[in-house]
Amino acid sequence: MTALLAVERVSKRFRGLLAVDAVSFAVAPGDILAVIGPNGAGKTTLFNMIAGVFAPDDGEIAFDGERIDGLAPDAICRRGIGRTFQIVRPFPGLTVEDNVLIGALLRRPDVESARRHAQALLERLDLIDKRAVPASALTLPDRKRLEVARALATEPKLLLLDEVMAGLRPTETDRMVGILSALNRDNGLTIVLIEHVMRAVMALAHRVLVLHHGAAIAEGAPAAVVREPAVIESYLGAEALG
Amino acid sequence: MIALWRGIDRRSQAVLALALAALVAAPLVADRYLLSVLTLIFYFAYVGQAWNLMMGLAGQLSLGHALYVGLGAYASALLWFYFGIGPWLGVFAAISIAMAAGAVVGWLGFRFGVEGVYFALLTIAAAEFTRIAFDHLDFAGGSGGLFLLYEERRLGEWWNLRGGQMLFYYLALALACGSIALAACLARSRLGFHWLAVREDEAAARALGIDVFRAKMSAVLVSSAMTAVGGVFYAFYYNNLFPAQIFDISRSIELMLAPIVGGLGTIFGPVVGAFILTPLGEALIALTAKLGIDIPGVKAVFYGLTLIAIIYFRPSGVWPWLARAIGITGRKP
Amino acid sequence: MRRLARSAVEGQTGQVRRTAMMWSIYLNVVVQGVLTGLVYGLMALGLSVIFGVVRVVNFAHGEFAVVAMYAAFLLFKTLELDPLVTMLPIAAAFFVLGFALQATVINAFIGRPEHDQFILLVGIGIVIVNGLLMIFGPDAQPANLSYGFDSFPIGTLMIDKVRVYSALAAVAIATALFGFFRYTETGTAIRACADNLTGAAVVGLDVKRLYAITFGIGLACVGTAGALMVMIADAAPALAPAFTLLSFIIVIVGGLGSMTGALIGGVLIGVSEALAGFMIEPSMKSMFSFALLIAVLVLRPRGLLGRRA
Repeated sequence: MTALLAVERVSKRFRGLLAVDAVSFAVAPGDILAVIGPNGAGKTTLFNMIAGVFAPDDGEIAFDGERIDGLAPDAICRRGIGRTFQIVRPFPGLTVEDNVLIGALLRRPDVESARRHAQALLERLDLIDKRAVPASALTLPDRKRLEVARALATEPKLLLLDEVMAGLRPTETDRMVGILSALNRDNGLTIVLIEHVMRAVMALAHRVLVLHHGAAIAEGAPAAVVREPAVIESYLGAEALG
Repeated sequence: MIALWRGIDRRSQAVLALALAALVAAPLVADRYLLSVLTLIFYFAYVGQAWNLMMGLAGQLSLGHALYVGLGAYASALLWFYFGIGPWLGVFAAISIAMAAGAVVGWLGFRFGVEGVYFALLTIAAAEFTRIAFDHLDFAGGSGGLFLLYEERRLGEWWNLRGGQMLFYYLALALACGSIALAACLARSRLGFHWLAVREDEAAARALGIDVFRAKMSAVLVSSAMTAVGGVFYAFYYNNLFPAQIFDISRSIELMLAPIVGGLGTIFGPVVGAFILTPLGEALIALTAKLGIDIPGVKAVFYGLTLIAIIYFRPSGVWPWLARAIGITGRKP
Repeated sequence: MRRLARSAVEGQTGQVRRTAMMWSIYLNVVVQGVLTGLVYGLMALGLSVIFGVVRVVNFAHGEFAVVAMYAAFLLFKTLELDPLVTMLPIAAAFFVLGFALQATVINAFIGRPEHDQFILLVGIGIVIVNGLLMIFGPDAQPANLSYGFDSFPIGTLMIDKVRVYSALAAVAIATALFGFFRYTETGTAIRACADNLTGAAVVGLDVKRLYAITFGIGLACVGTAGALMVMIADAAPALAPAFTLLSFIIVIVGGLGSMTGALIGGVLIGVSEALAGFMIEPSMKSMFSFALLIAVLVLRPRGLLGRRA
């Protein structure tokens, strides 16, 4: 099966520091890949290269068969990749509904249909009651769901989630996992997520990629990867977090 | 437009209709002085709205908007002065030239990542540069100014904007109303939402597929075009143009006052702000004249203090508060 | 024949003499520009300190300078005190003013959107400049110093004494400031705030107080520069916006946050304005500065642009 996202030997250097070191992986349509690793392992940098925030120094990134490395973030979004930010970036002065509506404007022909689409997503993400609330007034879990809803509004084929579970309580984590699995199962949404919360990783991911010091040190099914000695040593510690 | 009207609640519709009717009927009862004050209010509501679109909606701070007023004014005035081309045609030249200037400023700023205060300084530099340039353009009158003759025989030629106070009153009223309608349309449009996204968070906007450069450029272009029309009005209303006056930074600041006081980013902000500031300013001048004091600068000090007060105590402006007070749910920016 | 030859030689010598004269005229202009530029530089230094540390965009910078000009002018007119003397009490007064302003009004605006801050300072600027207009009227007021028209003859150059003294004073103050920022504890603490605000707070520095001190220092610079400026220019409200813009141009051209940059930028602008005014036309001299500003804003390297505006 042709990969939806193919990352090939991608590297990034910041003034002498090698943040990402020849990382390669592929994601098939409908897959959920989790990227894990200690802080500073290069995960967000990798995401930023896929999302177009900066171009890789070496290597190639292909999406849906076409090269996307070096494209601007808005061009990448138009190709079908949506992303969330590690530190959420809602439009603070706008309502929840308008936030998502702006995302929906990408594919919808007019404001009205975009608004309807936004409302449907808010229903799905359990935010419909708060749709007239200014985004700046939301709690963190709500902001995270808003961020996901807004990215989803652009109708992406691939969704990049950057630590979307961080700061959520276990119940909220489970809720988010439920929403994401449903989207993957019912809509065929392909997901690549950076996560530290192992609870979510084990529940969601079909495959796991482990980064350490910018390099990929393990890849495979979650259960297998978390038992690899190299992974345990570098990241998980003596006991795997449940 | 009909959809716009239908989208407001009954109460707001009533208020708007009443206000408009009163203003249309005003010349029947008001004296010349009052009409001239109202004309000034409409003028500031109009150019204020033009500035408001760029700053309030798209978040791009221009402190050199007088550039577009001046270019619009001079373009149309020169066409009339040398070729007898009336303002209804001249306005197209005015708009084109102002948009070209806006495009240059926008391109320099947005293409090269000049943001925030740096962009504001860029706009100031552009306006100042042009001001000094016009001081030395002899064909435009240089620093001595350009004068459009008052010709008795031409009175009544409304197409050449040669007429009395009433002509300019209704024209200004039409411009002000038009600017409100335009702002309302834009605020609900795809472009308007793109502007809001860019204003709130550029990186997040990009991640949603918005071409930020294009959004910002369109904001400058729309704003400069609109402002230029105000310049045409100015030229034919006052009939004299001096670079030191029309391009001056105090002009740029002056046209910002109404939208800021009224409510940045709101649709009625500029008109509310104009209705507050202009009459008060004029009243202040009338008062000092009556007291026999003729000190230049009084009005400006008053404006400065108002600005400080508003930005300190009610930064979102008077209109949002007023709207709540009189129960208009009305429009969201 | 001989007469022809002699007049040819004379013509040539005349030309050489004329060229030498042209060169010395130009040199004169440049030197005057450098000296004036040093005073501009001191003014810009104040802005650099305020903008670079407290990150406040002081759009009322020129207005404060003109207030200082009037203060020095009044003290000279009533008490016959030379601005070189009064610049110190004026600086002190402005320090207090700056400290108070920052601690009360401006501090409230630190967290707020950028444009709120600009607008506040624009408002303050409007009130100041028009207040001055109301009190003093629009006409320029000169401080007629006794040595106001004297010059130092150095070779072929005639350098105005007022420019030399004011420039020396500016350099002296700037040097004192360098010393303060580099060698004192408060100065180092302030530089820490500029570098890394969160870190500074974490280490226990009283950021609010340091900001107030910095603003005070910034305004003290402006006050001093204004007092010195009245030696070389007449006090007039119309100068205020020009000074504000000039300060911004200098700070941006010289490099934000760099004190040496402010001085160098000042000299650069002083010289270019002097030359432009001399070679093209006095009224066009600012055009060059504005064009320079636009060029620097657009072309300056990514690194400098990274600073919060």
